Amino acid sequence: MRERILFNVLQAAVVLIFAPLASGVLSRLKEMVQSKRGPSIFQPYRDLWKLFHKDEFVSEDSSWIFRFTPYVIFVTPIFVALLIPVLTSYPLFFAFMGDMLGGGFVLALGGFFATLAAVDTANPYGPIGASRTRMVGFLAEPVFMIVFFTVSFVAGSTIPYIVQQKWVTPLANFFAPSHVLLVLAFVMLILAEGGRIPVDNPTGHFELAMIDESKSLEYSGRGFALVKWGGQMKFFVLLCIFLNVLLMPWGLASEQTYAAVLLAIPLVLFKILCFLLVLVVIESSLSKLRLFRIAEFLGAAFITSVAAMIAQVFLP
Amino acid sequence: MNEATEQLLENLNALATGLFLLTAFGIVAMRQARACLNLFILQSLLLAASAALLGLRYGSGHLYGVALVNLISKPIIVPWLLRKTSPAEIYTRREIDQVLDIPTALLIALALVIGAYFVGVPLADAVGPEFRGPNVPIGIAVLLLGAFTLTVRREALSLLIGLLVMENGAFLTGISIARDLGVLVELAIATDGLVIVFIMGVLVRAVQKQIGTTAVGALSSLKETTAATGTDEAQP
Repeated sequence: MRERILFNVLQAAVVLIFAPLASGVLSRLKEMVQSKRGPSIFQPYRDLWKLFHKDEFVSEDSSWIFRFTPYVIFVTPIFVALLIPVLTSYPLFFAFMGDMLGGGFVLALGGFFATLAAVDTANPYGPIGASRTRMVGFLAEPVFMIVFFTVSFVAGSTIPYIVQQKWVTPLANFFAPSHVLLVLAFVMLILAEGGRIPVDNPTGHFELAMIDESKSLEYSGRGFALVKWGGQMKFFVLLCIFLNVLLMPWGLASEQTYAAVLLAIPLVLFKILCFLLVLVVIESSLSKLRLFRIAEFLGAAFITSVAAMIAQVFLP
Repeated sequence: MNEATEQLLENLNALATGLFLLTAFGIVAMRQARACLNLFILQSLLLAASAALLGLRYGSGHLYGVALVNLISKPIIVPWLLRKTSPAEIYTRREIDQVLDIPTALLIALALVIGAYFVGVPLADAVGPEFRGPNVPIGIAVLLLGAFTLTVRREALSLLIGLLVMENGAFLTGISIARDLGVLVELAIATDGLVIVFIMGVLVRAVQKQIGTTAVGALSSLKETTAATGTDEAQP
């Protein structure tokens, strides 16, 4: 029992510690593709350190929501990390508290507060970004729904620990059309939710074109650090859900020993690195879509997820 | 062949047909003629893969022949013929006309596919339990999607591709129902398709010579000025 609680806390700590590293590696890889040297992969840690030591300014006209939001954004991914399989293929102490849908709702809570906080200040760019994020969000929502319906339909459960075993027992299930199409749809969702390139440009600094970034324009100092770190953790958690639950459970610890769990950390990080390479290829070969083309991109994701469901419903 | 391998082959075939369906959706949604053509090539490759996998699964040498014929005729000869016959202007234009906007077209396509399943699954059951598989319903769905492409597009080349997509769908159904049709018949069908492509390509070229554009949707209004505006559109 004590071990399972300890592993669970370790799992949250891995998300907390390695989330900035993942975003540092991603931006470094992108710079390398563009034949530049790029910043060190540890730059996000330095940025966070710097921001934590700076003064924070809060507008007089903003309400408690603005002050409260960074903590919500920071805490929700950690909370989700307690529920999902990050390192182990067996449920840990807190896993009973929610299934995949629960995790999705908790992540959405952070997004909801970020939107509120962006509208809360009188900054003109905040509401633009917030309403755009909502637009992407409500187009992505049906895809999320269909993906979760299909997953629960195929595996007979929405509990991630049961779902992840379904894809590899027997191994032929890995190539089932519903699985492959689900994975495709979820990659598109990660691009949309994470503010990656065909939908949003994460490195752009032009306020009028921003979608995700402009919500945190008003934050400074510690609040900005928390928002940034929270965003990186949300991305990391989404990657964990995708790679460990939807794609394959390989590399996760299956025994309740310290050695197995500690060995799982580099294996999971390696999996994430492999996916980041795929992401770099996608981001470097596509250009950002016009705002009203995003509906078509997410429409394609919707079609893919429905095709996955159809393939499952009507197969013998 | 043991059970696990059979299961794996069936899943791989189902995957090929699932991606086959996805490429048909892509052909409905794509804006560029070149992207449509590329998706069609991919679709034909998936058709060949499905035929080969079914051949392996049921030990039918005839299906390998089908795969080979498909592999040569559609991904290689059809694009070559189109490049030779149809005007290059089609490939350089970025956006092609469509009657409906793309999200609407995709939703209608989705409804068609769901309808196709309600037709296809009882049909496959009626023919026999051994034909129960993804090929019959997905083939019918792609047939319908090809017909849908024909109705919504206004561009000669995409119309031709819609026709070929219909043929692909019929083929996908065919390889799972008639596993031992003579290779001669398949060859005849394949040659037939090539002749259609050739004639259509020449026709498209003639249309372009006459009215200066390949956007045949403009031909529906019989006005003297149509030709003039057509020429304007043809300018890059």
